[in-house]
Order: sequence, then C-alpha cells, then structure tokens
Amino acid sequence: MAGVNARRARKQRVLRWAVLLVLGVFFLLPLVAMVEFSTRDPQTWPLLVNWSKLSDAYPDLADGIVASLEQAALTALLMLVLLVPTAIWVRLRLPRLRRLIEFLCLLPLTIPAIVLVVGLAPVYAWVVYFLGGSSLTLVFAYTILVLPYAYRSIDAGLAAIDVKTLAEAARSLGAGWTTVIVRVVLPNIRTAVLSAAFLSVALVLGEFTIASLLNRTNLQVSIELLGKSSATMSVAVSLTALLLAFVLLLLLSLLGDRRKSTKEPA
Amino acid sequence: MPFFAYVAIFLIIPTLVVVIGAFAGDGGGVTVANVKALTSGYIMDAFGRSILLSAVSALVGAILGALLAYVLVTAKPRGVLRRVVTAAAGVLAQFGGVTLAFAFLATIGLSGFVTVWLHDHLSFDLYANGVWLFELPGLILVYTYFQIPLMVIVFLPALDGIRPQWREATESLGGTTWQYWTRVAGPLLAPAFLGSTLLLFANSFSAYATAAALVSQGSPIIPLQIRSALTSEVVLGQQNLGKAMALGMVVVVAIVMALYALLERRTAKWLG
Repeated sequence: MAGVNARRARKQRVLRWAVLLVLGVFFLLPLVAMVEFSTRDPQTWPLLVNWSKLSDAYPDLADGIVASLEQAALTALLMLVLLVPTAIWVRLRLPRLRRLIEFLCLLPLTIPAIVLVVGLAPVYAWVVYFLGGSSLTLVFAYTILVLPYAYRSIDAGLAAIDVKTLAEAARSLGAGWTTVIVRVVLPNIRTAVLSAAFLSVALVLGEFTIASLLNRTNLQVSIELLGKSSATMSVAVSLTALLLAFVLLLLLSLLGDRRKSTKEPA
Repeated sequence: MPFFAYVAIFLIIPTLVVVIGAFAGDGGGVTVANVKALTSGYIMDAFGRSILLSAVSALVGAILGALLAYVLVTAKPRGVLRRVVTAAAGVLAQFGGVTLAFAFLATIGLSGFVTVWLHDHLSFDLYANGVWLFELPGLILVYTYFQIPLMVIVFLPALDGIRPQWREATESLGGTTWQYWTRVAGPLLAPAFLGSTLLLFANSFSAYATAAALVSQGSPIIPLQIRSALTSEVVLGQQNLGKAMALGMVVVVAIVMALYALLERRTAKWLG
C-alpha cells in the first residue's frame, strides 16, 4: 500500500510541475512581452511617470485617466449609498423582498454589457438632457454593472452579524434609523463594505464597452485610442493599468482571507 | 425606496427598450421583421461564429482549468502554491478587454515579442498562412487567457468536495485508478464540470471589449455586429435590428444560465 501511495505521489508531482510549467509560460509570456515591447523606446517609461509632460504629450490619455479615477470613486460611493441602506432595511423590516432584491442585483450578470448599452442609449438621451454629456454620467450605468459583485459582498457581511439584535439594542437606547445604519451596523460590516468598494473600483477601471459605445471617455477608451497612434505607449499604459488592478484585487483577496480567518478560529 | 427607482431607470427600462424595440417597426407598430432579419445570412453567420468561439474557448478553458484545479487540490491545502495560484486566478479572470488585447498584440502581434523572436532565431513565420490573430483562432487563444482562471475559481470547490476516503474505499474494494475516475469521481464531478463549462460559455459569449480592441475591421462575431449596428448609419427599415440582435444574445445567455442553475442544484446535493 505504501509503495502504491509513493508511486501515486510521484506521478502527481510530475503532473503538477508539467501543468504548472506549461500554464505558467502561457500566462506569464504576455506580461513579459508587454515589458519587452514597452521598453523598446527608452523614452516611454520616463514620460509615463511624469504627469505634466504626459498630459502635454497625450492630452486624451490624461483626460481618460482622470475620468476613470473620478468614475471609480463616484461609482463606489453611489453603490454604497444605494445598496447598504437597502440591504440593511430589507434584512430588518422587509424579509419578503429579499429574493426580489437578490434577483435584481444579480440580473446584470445575465445581461451582457453590450446588450445593456443598446437599451441604455435612449435612457442616456434623457440623462444628457438633464445633466449634460459629461463622462461622469457613466457612473449611473457603472453602478448597475457593479451591483452583483457589491451585493454579494455586502450580503455576506450582513449574514455574518446579527443585524436584528444590534438594531433593536440601538433602537431601545434611543437611536434613530440613521444612527443605527451609520454608527451601529456599518462599522460591523466594514470589511464587506471595503471589499465591495474595491471590487467596484477595479471593475470601473477596466470598463470599456459602455464608455466606448456611448461616446464617453475613460482610461480604457483612451488606451484603445492611443493604440492607433503610439503602440509602445499604449502597451506601457496597459501594463500599468494591469498592475494597478492586480494590486487592488490582491488587496481584496487579502481582505477576504482575513475575514475568513477571523470567522473560523483555526 | 430610491434603490428600486434607480434600478428601474437604469436596468429595467434598458431591458424593456431592448425587448420591446426588437419587435417595433421604424415608424412604430408591432412587427416581427427585425427578429426575422436575424435569420439573414451575415447575422446568422455572426451568431454561429460567436457560439463556436464561446464553445471552443469554454471547452479548452474548462479542460485546462480543471487540470490546474486538480493540481491545486493535490498540493498542500494551505501551502504557498495553492494560495498564490488561486489569488492569481482571481485577478486574471477579471483581466479582459483592451489591456488583454494589447498584451497579446505585444506578444504575438505582427511586431510582437514572440513573433519577432521566432522569426529571428528559428526563422519561423507565425503568420505564414495569414494573420490569424485578428480572426476566430486569435480570439479563441486570447479568450482562453481569462477562461482558464475562471474555471479554476468555479471548479475548485467541487474538487475540494471529493473526499480521499472515496478513493480509499474504491481501492479497498479492488478498484483501479481508471475505475475510480470513470465510475466514482467522474460521475460525481460531471455536473459541476458541465455547469462550469456553461458559465465559461456565457462569459465569452457576452465578452465585447477584448474583441472590439482586437478586431477593427469587419464584424465576425455578434457583439461586434451590434457595435456596427450602433455606430454606423442605419439602413432604412432596420433601425431596430441592433435591438433584435441584443435580444438574441440575451436569449442565448438566458438558456445557458438556466441550464447552469439546473446543474448547480444537482452539484449542491452532494457538495453541501
């Protein structure tokens, strides 16, 4: 029996390294190629880290970066303002609506972004009429896009605490609903809220479909535009955007790990 | 509640616009002309290519992703390998769109790293038979890059549910490795594997940005057909063709997701 197990372990080890080697090359090669490609012109990276020069040389790119950062921040904010009170309220007072909210929040997963754009075009005609055609108006569509991810994160956070008892305790001590939500429940789900916000930021920074087809600008749209005039620079910016997203999402997975390890004392 | 008002304006109304618009004539009135136009040659071709692209990239992604997931399961549960690969998979599954397209342009584009290296060192011309990167084969390769990590994420829980005791039980009853995989683990994992593959299919079927950044000429797949319907001058009598194509996409995704939910329920039976 021991011999069989040893042989199996050896076989598994060989398979493991073979799979890891092949897939490792497949996944790392494009990243290595991006580094190589973007260093062909030695001017590229020094220019990229020098903001004032960059915005002179590539005004569209600078606009796109600023637009994306603003969109990301506003989307995270709007998502929290809409979703957190609703999720808490539904858990406390309207448990029957939970399935409906869940369905609505997960719906954007089954509607491709390209389909959403088709339907959003007439809605945005009204948005332009009331608010103008700024790229920041994309925040409305982005908040819908991030709903599924944000909802699951916040819902998991709420499931881990006893919202009802906390709220009743606070109410019996004379707290109003705003105080209950902002000062009692929110601090208890801050990890979930933080990860929902992170996810929203990461998704918005990577969004292209809606911005491009509604003729607005953001980071991805400007990268695509740049690709037509300066290939080296566009690859350098892509790599930077990618690394930024890596860092954001790695921080996110660390957050998740910490939450798990505090929940189950090992 | 502001939440419902918001979702109604930016999610429900757009959905209704697509559904109703697909059946609306140019001057108002109900018509099935738009939906009928879907069966015309080039749109059917685009749907066919979209489905082929999604199916192939889902299958390749599912097989390679399942293999990688199996490697992770046989590694140490809290070891470095597993933690690093799952974290990387989480990141790479989200990696799509323009940046991914440019990553592949830098790799196997006409002046890409690999293309040039192969040409200089092995005098091998990657594109001897035409530039396939901007066509279906290229799209399949690029899509695989985010499909494999997604498979790892969705399939890992099912593999984790397989107990080592089942293998020991098979062995103590005289079963071989082959019998274990075909009679025990295979049937148990099949619904989860199929379900994950369907999810991957829906994922690449809905993808737009990667293809849009990669393919600038022609519209081989349906999301790109919708792009040209939205951006180019509308042909008279076909104002709502884009909506009909969008509705077609929703129908395909809805069918796939319904099958996925069905399989998911089956998996949950023994995984719970």
